[in-house]
Amino acid sequence: MLSGCASGSTTPAKTGDTAAIISTNGSEPQKPLITTNTTETGGGKIMTSIYAGLVSYDAKGEGKNEVAKSISADDAQHWTVTLNTGWKFTNGEAVTSKSFVDAWNYGAKFSNAQSASYFFDDIEGFSYDADTELTGLKVVDDSTFTVTLASPEADWPLRLGYTAFMPLPSVAFTDMAAFGENPIGNGPYMLAKTGAWEHNVKIDLKTNPDYKGVRTPANGGLSIVFYSSLDSAYADAQGGNLDVLDAVPDSAFATYQTDFPERFVNQPAAIFQAFNMPYYLEHWSGEEGKLRRAAISMAIDRKEITDVIFQGTRTPATDFTSPVIAGYSDALKGADVLKFNKEQAVKDWAAADAISPYTGTFDIAYNSDGGHAGWVDAVANSIKNTLGINAVGKPYATFKAALADRKAKALTGGTRAGWQGDYPSMYNFLAPLYQTGAGSNYEMYASTEFDTLLKEGAAAKSVDDATAKYQAAQEVLLKDLPSIPLWYSNVTGIWSDKVQNVVFGWDSVPLYNEITKG
Amino acid sequence: MLWYTGKRLLQMIPVFFGATFLIYFMVFSLPGDPIAALFGDRQPAPGVIEQLRVQYHLDQPFIVQYFIYIGGFFHGDLGTTYSGRAVSDVMAAAFPITARLALLALFFESVAGILVGLVAGLRKGKLFDASALVVSLLLISVPTFVIGFILQYVFAVKLGWARTTVSSEAPLSELILPAIVLASVSFAYIVRLTRASVSENLGADFVRTATAKGLSRRRVVTVHVLRNSLVPVVTFLGVDLGSLMVGAIVTEGIFNINGVGGTVYKAIKLGEGPTVVSFIAVMVVIFVLANLLVDLLYAALDPRIRYAK
Repeated sequence: MLSGCASGSTTPAKTGDTAAIISTNGSEPQKPLITTNTTETGGGKIMTSIYAGLVSYDAKGEGKNEVAKSISADDAQHWTVTLNTGWKFTNGEAVTSKSFVDAWNYGAKFSNAQSASYFFDDIEGFSYDADTELTGLKVVDDSTFTVTLASPEADWPLRLGYTAFMPLPSVAFTDMAAFGENPIGNGPYMLAKTGAWEHNVKIDLKTNPDYKGVRTPANGGLSIVFYSSLDSAYADAQGGNLDVLDAVPDSAFATYQTDFPERFVNQPAAIFQAFNMPYYLEHWSGEEGKLRRAAISMAIDRKEITDVIFQGTRTPATDFTSPVIAGYSDALKGADVLKFNKEQAVKDWAAADAISPYTGTFDIAYNSDGGHAGWVDAVANSIKNTLGINAVGKPYATFKAALADRKAKALTGGTRAGWQGDYPSMYNFLAPLYQTGAGSNYEMYASTEFDTLLKEGAAAKSVDDATAKYQAAQEVLLKDLPSIPLWYSNVTGIWSDKVQNVVFGWDSVPLYNEITKG
Repeated sequence: MLWYTGKRLLQMIPVFFGATFLIYFMVFSLPGDPIAALFGDRQPAPGVIEQLRVQYHLDQPFIVQYFIYIGGFFHGDLGTTYSGRAVSDVMAAAFPITARLALLALFFESVAGILVGLVAGLRKGKLFDASALVVSLLLISVPTFVIGFILQYVFAVKLGWARTTVSSEAPLSELILPAIVLASVSFAYIVRLTRASVSENLGADFVRTATAKGLSRRRVVTVHVLRNSLVPVVTFLGVDLGSLMVGAIVTEGIFNINGVGGTVYKAIKLGEGPTVVSFIAVMVVIFVLANLLVDLLYAALDPRIRYAK
C-alpha cells in the first residue's frame, strides 16, 4: 500500500532569512474568502494558509491534530472534540468550541447558500431545502464540543482539515461579505494589512506571531500573485520575479527540467482524470454496455499518451482515486481492464456487436477552453486504431456549455470528467461521482452493490476496514466502468535558486511554511 | 462646428442603447448555466445554485434582466460580478491601466510609425525603404503573441532589461515593453500608410509649386508633404485607439496585466452579463469619441474640409 509520493526531507533545516517573503503563483479567488464558501483552488490555498482547523494535513495527506487535542468516538457516530487551549484569532479573540460550532452552522444553513454546505450533510439536523439548526453540534464548554452524525463514519475526522471546517471569529457573523474581504484567521499566516487582497493582482500574507500549531513558518510571509495564464507565471519564474510556481504550463513540459535543474517536482497528485459513458445511451447499458466499456478502456494506450502528449506529467490510472490517497492500490481485482490490450478489446467489442451491432461514430465531449483537445484526440485515435470504429472528439466552446448538456442528459457519447480531492480520503473520490443519485453522477450510474459497499465502508469502525470496503467498491466499478479511468494529473512545480525546502503537499500546493529563502 | 459636435454627441444615445441591448442579449444567449459552471467539477447542493440564480436575476426572462440592469445603470449601480464585487470597482481597476497601456502604445506607433514612414517615403526604393517594408511585413504577418513571447524572452528573461510581467503598481517603465508589443502591428500599418501617402504627395502639384517658390526642403516636407499625408494616418489612429483598448487581451495575458481585455474575456466566458455590458458600453463611448476627434482633426489638417452648420 502506498500512501504518498512526496519528495524532500521530512525535517527541513530551518535556515534562511526568517523575514524573507516567498512569492508564489495563485489565481483570483472566485468569492470573498469565507471558509464555507471557498471551494475552488485559488481561494483554497489562501485559506489553508490563514486558518488552522482541528486537523491539518502533512505532505503525505495524513491528518495531524492542530487546534484539536483529541477527536474520538466509540461508535464512529457520536464524536467528542476537545481543543488545545491558548489558540487565538489574529484579532485577539480566543478560539473556542463556539468558534467551530457557529461557523459550521453558518455554512450549513440553507438560506446562506454556501458552496460547501454539503460538507455538513452528514451531521444530524442538516437539511438541503430549509433553514434548520445542526442539532448534532453541542457546545459542552469552551474547549469541548460533541458532534452527532446521522450515521457512523470512521474516517469523518480525516475531512476536518478541509477549508469548510475552519473556525470563525464572532466578528465574521456581523457582516460576512465585508469579513471575506479582510478575513481574520488563526493560521500560520495572516493578511499583511487591511486591504492586502488586491483584486486580480495579488494577496500579501505575513506570519502570525500568535500561531502555535504544527506549521510554524520558516519565512516571513507569502506574496501570492494572481496570474491569468501560467505562461506568464513561468516567464516570471525564469526572470527571477517568482520564487515558487506550483503548475508548469503545457508549453514548458518539454523544457522545465532543464530550465530549473534539480529544482522541479513531477509527482502524482490527488487529481483523477477520466471520461464517462452515460447509461442513458443505447448500446452502453446492460451486458452489452459492460462489454463495450471494457473494450473501449482496453483500446486506449494510456502509457503512450501520457508520455507523448503530456511528456510524463500524467501517471496512467490503476484505480478511481489517486496514488497520494491512503488506501490506493495498483493491484485491484480487475484492474487489467485499464491496460492496453488490443486483442481482448477487439474480442469484447465483437461480442457486444453480437448482442446489438454498433453503427455511427463514437464521440467524447470536452470543453475546448480547458486545453483538453490534444489528449481527447489522442484517446479517440487510440480507440479508432484499435477497434476500427470512427471515434472523434466533440468540442464544446465552454465548460458551461458542456456541463449544461451533461446535466440535461443530452450527450451523444462519452464526456471528459475529472475530480480533484477536497480532502485525502477515498470516500471523497467515490461517493460524489458514482453513488446512485449523487450530485455529480450526471451519467446516471446506479449499482446497489457499489452503494452498499460504500455505505459499509463509511460506517466501518476502523480505517483499515473502511479501506477494504472502498477497494471492494472500486472493484465493482472496474467491472461496470461507469467512468473510464485515464490518468492522474501530476503536480509539476518549479522554484528559483533563491529558495530551499520546497515540498509539495498531497493537494498539489507547496507546504509554504517550510520554504526558506536566502 | 459646435452644432456638428453636439449632433454627433447626441447620436451616442441610440448607439449606447442599441449596443448594450444587443450585447446583453448575446451574453444571455450563451449556452449553459453560468452559476453552475462557476463550481467546475465540484457542484454544490442544487439549492445553493438556485438561490444564487435568484440573487443574480438569472431566473428572470431576458427582457426583465436587461431592464434591471438599465434601471440600476441610471442609479449608478452597474451590478455585481459573480465573485460579489461591484462592477464599477472592477472597471475602476481595469480601465486606468489599459488606458495607460493603450496611450503609450498609440504614442509609440504614431511617433515611430510616422517617422519611419516619412523617411521611407522620401527615400523610395533605397535601402532604408526596402528594410522598412520587410520589417513591417514581418510584423503584420507574425501573430502578436509570438512577438510578445519573443520580446519577453529576449529582453526580460535573457537580458534582464525589463521586468517579465507588470507588477501591481504598474509604473510606466514596466509598461514600455508591453506597449511596444501592443503597438507592433499598428506600427507596421502606419509605416505603410505614411510611406504610400508621402510618396504620392511628393509628386503633387502643390509640392512642386512650393519647391519652385524656393522654400527649403525641410519646410516643404514638414508643412506641405507631411501635413497632407497625415489625413489617412489620423483616421487609422482614431479607430486604432479603440482596438488597442479591447484588443490588448493577448498582450495583457503575456505580461499578466489586469486590464480591460482580460476582464471582458473572463466575463464572457463566465456569462457575466452586467460586467460585459458595462465594459462594452464604455468601449462604445470611447470609439464614438475617438471617431469624433478624428473627424474634427480632419478639418484642422485639411482646410478644404469644413463642417457645415
